[in-house]
Amino acid sequence: MAALEAAAIHAQLRRRFGDAVGDLAGTGRDASTTVGAATFPEVCRFLKTEPALAFDCLSNLSGVDYPKRSVIQVVYHLFSYRHRHWIVLKVDAGRDDPVVPTVSHLWSHADWQEREVFDLLGVTFDGHPDLRRILMPEDWPGHPLRKDFVEPEEYHGIVTSRESLLKA
Amino acid sequence: MSLINSMPEMALTTRIDDLLNWTRKSSIWYMMFGLACCAIEMMQTGGPRADLERFGMAPRATPRVSDLIIVSGTLTLKMALRTKVLYDQMPEPRYVVSMGSCANCGGLFQLAYSVCDGVDKVIPVDVYVPGCPPRPEALTEGLVKLQEKIQQERWLVRKTAPVGVRA
Repeated sequence: MAALEAAAIHAQLRRRFGDAVGDLAGTGRDASTTVGAATFPEVCRFLKTEPALAFDCLSNLSGVDYPKRSVIQVVYHLFSYRHRHWIVLKVDAGRDDPVVPTVSHLWSHADWQEREVFDLLGVTFDGHPDLRRILMPEDWPGHPLRKDFVEPEEYHGIVTSRESLLKA
Repeated sequence: MSLINSMPEMALTTRIDDLLNWTRKSSIWYMMFGLACCAIEMMQTGGPRADLERFGMAPRATPRVSDLIIVSGTLTLKMALRTKVLYDQMPEPRYVVSMGSCANCGGLFQLAYSVCDGVDKVIPVDVYVPGCPPRPEALTEGLVKLQEKIQQERWLVRKTAPVGVRA
């Protein structure tokens, strides 16, 4: 059971999925590659079930907002306990209506992390069993980690700003 | 028949007031209600070193028998609504201690989108305890201040002029 370099993992993905897998960027544990949303579930299934790869742990799932590119990127940090190797996958979704296929059927703890990304960035995870807000209140307007999010003036009658006492 | 607000102001009622207030201030039951890191200090205050029980204070697991709510920690907007519900369930007379910078004014997190900038936007506060977080000694002093406040309350004095008497 040998740990693979990120380049070797990336080469396997390229061989199998072709251009749907982007170039390798970064080194070591930060080595990442972009994956097209359409082939993404198959890539994940392959990474998890292929014995030489065996990514049995999704150690982190997060999202990043790129308003200039009009993209919300969902980032998956994968780790294999069996082989002790890492890979980072990045999936772009259009900012106006971001939809990414769920991976919660592969790694069950993706369930809550996808709910968090949905809550804070508004990404819809297609096929998720229970996609609702996890941190913010159910009636919260908008998704607060988007760069263009504007804090509401008040929430249920509670004013959300406070005048500074340090003003002259 | 209730004696509250029914007697003229005289020496006797003042003494009864004092007695009632002394008994009330010596048995403040506070609600088991912790929000963040301040709650750890609050637990320490209830522990053997600071020892709140020497003031007759004991934590209660329900708002319905609590006299005091110590808001200990960052109050999010989501929690603010629930704090209001808890406060509304407490029987009067009830008291609120705002513990730490976050509960006082939002503190370090007041610019965050999810944080309520001070518990006094939701419920009325009797004593503010500064600190981040306040040490058990600081919270104890705040609670002693609350005891002083309770001791000075006047319950039996009629608040309006009696019928037939010009104010």
